Amino acid sequence: MVENKGSDKVFNYVVLVLMLLFTAITLVPLLFVLANSFSSADMVNKGAVFIIPKEVTFENYVSVLTNSDILMGFKNTFMYVVIGTVIQLFMQFTAAYPLSRKDLKGRSFFNIYFSLTMFVSGGMIPLFIVVKSLGMLNTIWAMIIPGCVSVFNIIVIRTFMQSLPWELQEAAMLDGCGNIRIFITIILPLCRAVIAVMLLYAIVGYWNAYFNSLLYITDRSLFPLQRVIQQLLVANEMSGAMGGAGAGSQALKGEVLKYVTIVVSSVPLIVMYPFFHKYFETGLMVGSIKG
Amino acid sequence: MENIGQEIVPIDGVNNGGSSTKKIKTSNPWYKNWTLYLLLVPSVVYIFIFSYLPMLGSVIAFKDYNSYLGLWDSPWAGMAGFQHFVTFVKLPNFWNIIFNTLYISVYSIVLNTILPVILALFVNEIRWKTAKKTVQIISYCPYFISTVVVVGMLFSFSNLESGLFNQIVTLFGGKASNLMESEKIFPHMYVFSGLWQGLGWWSIVYFGALANVDQELHEAAVLDGAGRIQRIIHINVPTILPMVIIMFIMSIGNMLNVGFEKVYLMQTSGNLGASEIISTYVYRVSMGALVPQFSYATAISLFNSVINIILLVIANVISKKVSETSLW
Repeated sequence: MVENKGSDKVFNYVVLVLMLLFTAITLVPLLFVLANSFSSADMVNKGAVFIIPKEVTFENYVSVLTNSDILMGFKNTFMYVVIGTVIQLFMQFTAAYPLSRKDLKGRSFFNIYFSLTMFVSGGMIPLFIVVKSLGMLNTIWAMIIPGCVSVFNIIVIRTFMQSLPWELQEAAMLDGCGNIRIFITIILPLCRAVIAVMLLYAIVGYWNAYFNSLLYITDRSLFPLQRVIQQLLVANEMSGAMGGAGAGSQALKGEVLKYVTIVVSSVPLIVMYPFFHKYFETGLMVGSIKG
Repeated sequence: MENIGQEIVPIDGVNNGGSSTKKIKTSNPWYKNWTLYLLLVPSVVYIFIFSYLPMLGSVIAFKDYNSYLGLWDSPWAGMAGFQHFVTFVKLPNFWNIIFNTLYISVYSIVLNTILPVILALFVNEIRWKTAKKTVQIISYCPYFISTVVVVGMLFSFSNLESGLFNQIVTLFGGKASNLMESEKIFPHMYVFSGLWQGLGWWSIVYFGALANVDQELHEAAVLDGAGRIQRIIHINVPTILPMVIIMFIMSIGNMLNVGFEKVYLMQTSGNLGASEIISTYVYRVSMGALVPQFSYATAISLFNSVINIILLVIANVISKKVSETSLW
């Protein structure tokens, strides 16, 4: 890095202080939730906990993690994440590769065919009617298929593939290597970074999915985790769900149980991110800059 | 990389030889690449079913949809099919809904476009590598939290006795109140919780571009006596400006598609006057209603789409004139 002298020091400190402030604003809500989740219901209800837990207890974690609704939500969401991610990656990569090929006849037609849908859509109801007539309502497919393919992601992957040296494919073709073999043995191994990025997107997307369940699922046994916690956190059914009818002490625990639910449902994703981080520079940059 | 290189070396030597028989078969480009079309089949079919069929299905906006009669046999709506559009425009709170939608979206587009750029420019100026990495990683964290959980947090933080917001408000001598029930606070709550979640993430694309700025430019600028701030303004900002503009146009095109999910979850009886937007109203009269008005709801969605496209085209034309950057 090139540096000026003198006034630079002051500038560095200003930058550092501003960034410290920004980091604090980002972290305080997270630490607040974490501290409250480990505190006793009494302390939480009094508003005595800021970012350091008081009267530390794990009891609340036990009641949340043994709650049958939450466990079922975890189980369903896990299933949606696994199946959905596989399908989503398959669809997006098989679409992106042909679009990345300059020698594909009708390429501009397909480009328009895909990208038009980023800006025009039929809206909530016509899509609902389609999903309904496919017989998907109240099946796991309603959580997996609608919204599964992101055209934006296809474009990012396509752009990444276009940035790979064309000579590799040309040489393989001259040797009589078929398109599908080139795709699987040459292109995909070079796409490791963008695969990691798309994998993370897919997992995050399915883990956090809520909208589809609101529209297409009424059967409680198919509810994903987000739908379950929406009922607990936002619709405020916490004390009832956790304590049964008239459990007075449980009702008092409402707030602290909410904080525990927030932690339990968010930690898996936040913990996962650092493993993907190193792929992001290459994976996302190359795809998006030219896209 | 290396092993592929090795595979190719021998291939080059061979290819001049026995490929003449293949040449005949490969002369037709459609036939030659039939496997590429095969790869396209799943996504093309998918997009047709889940994007183009619903677009065709939008025709029910001009009909009185009846699920027993089905899409095609339902009768046409009155006023040459435009009855539902007229009903929506004549709605007493039509302007309220439009205003809320525009207000929330303009407010968030402006801040969501500008602040990630500023954050990226600042983080780029951190000279201490460990600190730089730490700030980046921490700033990404909230992005992974789901909308449902973030809204749940907002509700908990607004709790009168124990919530974070009221703890801070009372710390500074203010009076505790339930912020989620306030019409005045709603837009700020929506926009700033969104920024808290996305700011770091949205700036990722700019970090990469800034890291690739030609260092010779900076060296030359230093020799000419340019300070840090001048170099940011004259070198870094112009580098990422085209990306910023593309992002901006894209968000204009989605202007009226303000996140349904989050607004819907944040709605309370207290803030409804500020939080009823086009998409939540569509939901309310269709899926959320006892007697779903499918045709009416679709008409509103269609109205929404048409405005989106107009805005997108306008933004693109302006940007092309002003900065020579455009989507098409």
